[in-house]
This record gives sequence, structure tokens and C-alpha cells, in this order.
Amino acid sequence: MTTGTTTIADIYAALEQVMDPEIPVLNVLELGMITGVTLYEGTAHIKMIPTFAACPAVSYIQQNIRATVNKLTGLPVQVTVDKEVHWQSNRLTDTAKEKLQHFGIAAPQVHEGELRAEIMLNTPCPHCHSENTYLRSPFGSTLCRAIHYCKDCGMVFEQFKPVE
Amino acid sequence: MNAALQKAITTLITSMADDALILGHRNSEWTGLGPIMEEDIAFSSMAQDKIGHAWALYRILQEHLGGEDPDQFAFMRAAKDFTCCHLAELPIGGYDFSLMRHFLFDHAEAVRYESLQQCSFEPLQQLSKKVKGELKYHTLHADAWLLQLCRGGEESRQRMQAALDRCFPLAAGIFEPGPQDALLADAGIYPGEQALYDKWLNTIYPLLVNASLNLPDPAEVAPQYGGRYGNHTPHLQALLQEMGEVFRLDPTAGW
Repeated sequence: MTTGTTTIADIYAALEQVMDPEIPVLNVLELGMITGVTLYEGTAHIKMIPTFAACPAVSYIQQNIRATVNKLTGLPVQVTVDKEVHWQSNRLTDTAKEKLQHFGIAAPQVHEGELRAEIMLNTPCPHCHSENTYLRSPFGSTLCRAIHYCKDCGMVFEQFKPVE
Repeated sequence: MNAALQKAITTLITSMADDALILGHRNSEWTGLGPIMEEDIAFSSMAQDKIGHAWALYRILQEHLGGEDPDQFAFMRAAKDFTCCHLAELPIGGYDFSLMRHFLFDHAEAVRYESLQQCSFEPLQQLSKKVKGELKYHTLHADAWLLQLCRGGEESRQRMQAALDRCFPLAAGIFEPGPQDALLADAGIYPGEQALYDKWLNTIYPLLVNASLNLPDPAEVAPQYGGRYGNHTPHLQALLQEMGEVFRLDPTAGW
């Protein structure tokens, strides 16, 4: 593909191929990590935001974005962290939530700005869909996950945490 | 921004970052030792969050206030150049102590970041939105365990009361007034330590009452100050020794 014909849509298509290293069924667009894409003087400029401030995968994801977009569009790529926008779980797309469920991770509840603890109660089980569940710990195997227990099917399950 | 204000903001951010880094390191000492697996994971996750918050704050110093590289700044400074509070630097002790420290400290941080939502220094205001959201999980965790342990029988409640009595003067030391508090308040950076202290007391009081604990009378307590001026307990030196051991083998190595 030559630089002259590459469009913004091509860059977005390339970004669909960049998966999250910790949840490999989701790409960076579905996660809501991309805040801006521009083409300027033959370079793709991509702005992104980490899900958590301490996410250890940020530079790895940035590297993946650079490599993948460069490979698929042939353009030089510049990735910067967008400090004006902060990530919140409401940024996950509906497709992302569906994929999470299939992956066995409960999706975060939609919140209205201020997060209240009660939102974590009765999180639907991704296995049997029961809401007869309780929050076992607000911390799980990665910073973005919490652990719940389903009283109906007896499964411990993870949830992508709601974050304001 | 004038030089005096710049210096005052640097001092404030350094204290916040040092608290987060040092307590983050202490939290990480529960990795592999937590009383149950969920707690092992919780303290390890909170360690990761805190060290990430420290890094983001050091990064603001570097990008906007002429500060050093965050790794160099975190690992190469002498103990006297750290401005963390004593509460953060003490060893993990028993689970009662660590849990109570976590409860008191994280509510203090939550109050601080809440006040920074209106900060006139934009990089700090932007970061505070993110950190505030993440801290919700720290206080949620602390509140749940405080209640559970205080309702877990008389011995358990007594141990939590003893931990509170021990931690309270240390926690009051988080709010050691800085020489530039008035300047920072006038510039709309944050309301100052006294205002945060009062807000913090109002936050923790009903939670402690609900857990049947008695808050020591703040008027009778001498806060354990000194940390903000570089005077520390001997525990900090030992911690820094261990924390920077690998880094100092080759400070220029890439990771």
C-alpha cells in the first residue's frame, strides 16, 4: 500500500488488528483506548490512553500499534499518550462487552460518572447468567479485573471492573 | 508560573509520590504472604497501582517542573531527600496494622485527589481524575475488611482498635503542614493540609463508628511529623537499600 492512497479508515482497520495482551480477544479500539487518529505529512499520528495508570502493558501496546499499523499501511507511525482524556470503563464498546462475556469475563456495568460500591453487587455470571452472585475481591489477576462468586453455578469468575 | 510557586508544587508532588512509592513497596511485601489468596492479590495489586501513581507524579515533575528521570529520582536519592510520611515507611507488621494503615492512608489519598479535581496546575488536575477513580477500589477494599474484622469477634475487634490507636498519630502525620501551604492555596493548587485533615476526619469517623471502633480524640493526639522535612524513622533507609539494590547494580541499564 502506498502512502498516497492510505486513508484514516485504513489506519482504523489496522488498529483493529492490535489486540490487548491481557485480554487477547479485544482490540485497542473495542477497549476504547484510541482517542484520535490523524494523517499528517505522510505520518500516522495515533493518540491512545492506558486503561489503568499502572498498566504494565502500555509501552508494549504502543509498540504493537506502531509495528502493526506500519506493517499494514506502510506509513511511519507516531503513538502518543493523550493526557486530556482519561480512560473509563464506559468507553468499552458493546462488541467488546459481548466478546468479554464469551471469553468468560463479566463486562463492567455502565455507570453515570460517579462510581458507587453497590454497582459491583449482583454482577451477572458470564457462565450461567445468574445474578445470585457476590463480589469476592475488588482485585483480580490483572488491575482491570475483580473476582466474583456465583452462588447458583458455583463458579468463581472475573469481571472487567467498572472504573469512573 | 513564578519560581516560588513552581518550587512549592514540586514539594507537594514529591511528597505525594514518595508516599505512594514507599507504601507501594510496603504493600508488595505481602506478595506471597497474604493471609488468604485474595488478600495476597489485593495487596499486590494495590502495590502496583501505588507505584504506577508514583511514577505518573514523578513524570509530571520531569515533564513540567525540570525534574529528573523518574527511575533515577526514585532509586538513587538518599533517605533524607525523601519526603514520605512515617506511616508509609513502617514495616508491614501484622495484618491488623497493614490493614488499618491501608484504610487510613487510602482515605487520606482519596480526599487529596478529590480536592485536586479543581487544581489550577493542569497536569496534576488531569492525573487526579484518573487516580481518584482507581482509588475507589482501594477504599472499597479497606472498608469491607475493616467491617469484617471488627465484626469477627471481640479479639478481632480489639486488635483493630489497637491498630487504630497505633496508626492514628502516624496517619495524622500525613497532613504535616508544609511551609508553602498558603501559597499553594492562594494559587488554587489545593486547599492545604489542615483542610484535607478536617475532611479526612469527617470521612473516616462514620466508617469507624460503624465498625464499633473509637477514634482517638484528635485534640489529644500528637501527630507524628517529620517526614515532609526529610526526618525519617530508621526503617526508610533499610527499605531504600532493598528497593534500589538491583537498580544500583547498573543505573543506566535499559529494562
